[in-house]
Amino acid sequence: MAPRVGVLALQGAVEKHMRHLEAAGAIPRPVLLPTDLEGLDAIILPGGESTTMSRLLRTSGLFEPLRDFMRSHPVLATCAGMILLSSQVDNLPYEPYALLDIDVDRNAWGRQIFSFHEDIPWALPSGNGSAAPEMLKAIFIRAPRITRQGVGVEVLATIKDEPVAVRQGHFVALTFHPELSADNRVHRWFLSEIVAPDSC
Amino acid sequence: MKVSTFEEKVGLAEMIKGGVIMDVTNADQAKIAEDAGAAAVMALERIPSDIRADGGIARMSDPKMIKEIQAAVTIPVMAKCRIGHIAEAKLLEALEVDFVDESEVLTPADDANHIYKHNFKIPFVCGCRNLGEALRRVGEGAAMIRTKGEAGTGNIVEATRHLRSVIGGIRRLTLLDPDELMAEAKNLGAPFELVKQVAETGKLPVPNFSAGGVATPADAALMRMLGAEAVFVGSGIFKSSDPERMAKAIVEATTHFEDAERLVEISTGLGQAMRGLDMAEIPEDQILQNRGW
Repeated sequence: MAPRVGVLALQGAVEKHMRHLEAAGAIPRPVLLPTDLEGLDAIILPGGESTTMSRLLRTSGLFEPLRDFMRSHPVLATCAGMILLSSQVDNLPYEPYALLDIDVDRNAWGRQIFSFHEDIPWALPSGNGSAAPEMLKAIFIRAPRITRQGVGVEVLATIKDEPVAVRQGHFVALTFHPELSADNRVHRWFLSEIVAPDSC
Repeated sequence: MKVSTFEEKVGLAEMIKGGVIMDVTNADQAKIAEDAGAAAVMALERIPSDIRADGGIARMSDPKMIKEIQAAVTIPVMAKCRIGHIAEAKLLEALEVDFVDESEVLTPADDANHIYKHNFKIPFVCGCRNLGEALRRVGEGAAMIRTKGEAGTGNIVEATRHLRSVIGGIRRLTLLDPDELMAEAKNLGAPFELVKQVAETGKLPVPNFSAGGVATPADAALMRMLGAEAVFVGSGIFKSSDPERMAKAIVEATTHFEDAERLVEISTGLGQAMRGLDMAEIPEDQILQNRGW
């Protein structure tokens, strides 16, 4: 059965994630209310503004139900989504979820004029366990930096030796935006390796 | 590493989707906007309703004010330059604002041409009244389009008209035969390749936001229902009786626009919205939306 994957839809780049999920064979659903979480197999926390999303999480009544959901379901978090998931964030007037053991510096690459893309090597397991590194186009928009990762956190990809993609158990977090490129390998990898590791 | 290409420009517009961009005139207002959940702020010296009341020439804001606002908030900071004013745009680029609004709210500097925006590293947003105008701006390099409405009026009627015109224009294109697209491009005064792209995808090539006249949470919800992907609010917040509450309410209404019960809660007891202007009260030569070519 195709996995049902939610995309937190309070604000941000929701639509592009939904399209990639659909193309990768999942059934996407925007999540605005606690009831939207029912029956989902996983969730994506998209990019957007972390201050906006933090506030709306609290006013929508979604904050605690989403925390409970994420404790037991796979999560793919990109950019602002990663900020929400992390342990400590500089200069964010809201407490993050602290479900992923990383510290984050917001907008650490500078303002929009310094936003960039680069091909990075990422060992995307290609179906049957062979992990030949493939190049992946990573688009960074006013991107955060991971300034510390805990011992249980695996680094999936780096740029100039600093982590830009990490995994801890069922949490995957990226400082860049796989939803903005035409390539949906990250979404396919998330579905096959994290959401349904037994079915492929 | 490729820095600040068109992809990154549109990428930032994608990140602002579903959000509210608020006009602010100082650091204190910018903080109020950020705390209320604004996805970005527009730094300008006078909000449109004051520009309208004051008359005279409206120009780019003082860099000092823009820098103070940049220092006060972590969300993206936008600023306006006059239509066709390449030098003001260069100043804003040097200031590293996150988005430039080449805006009809300021007095145009060029009565025939807009800026060739692909020549800049920072992204631009431009206003439009219809699909042809939207695609001309995208052709020049705009990474975000906003319908113009009529700024500073607190009257949503023009924003509605422009949004319906753009969305209706897109819908119409998707129904045409390929043989009919060149004639339609000629009618629209729009680049053929972009007309073809819209006909195939049923979407503008860049995010489509709305502006000009939003004064209540219900106005913001209306824009979202009609297809706007985010909402600019100018005078509507800081000309209301309780800007902090109004700002929060408009942010929530922009997100929960399909939830009528939530909209009732959000809209209850907000105090006075800005007074507003009927279109018939505005002399023809003071209508801002007609600026832009």
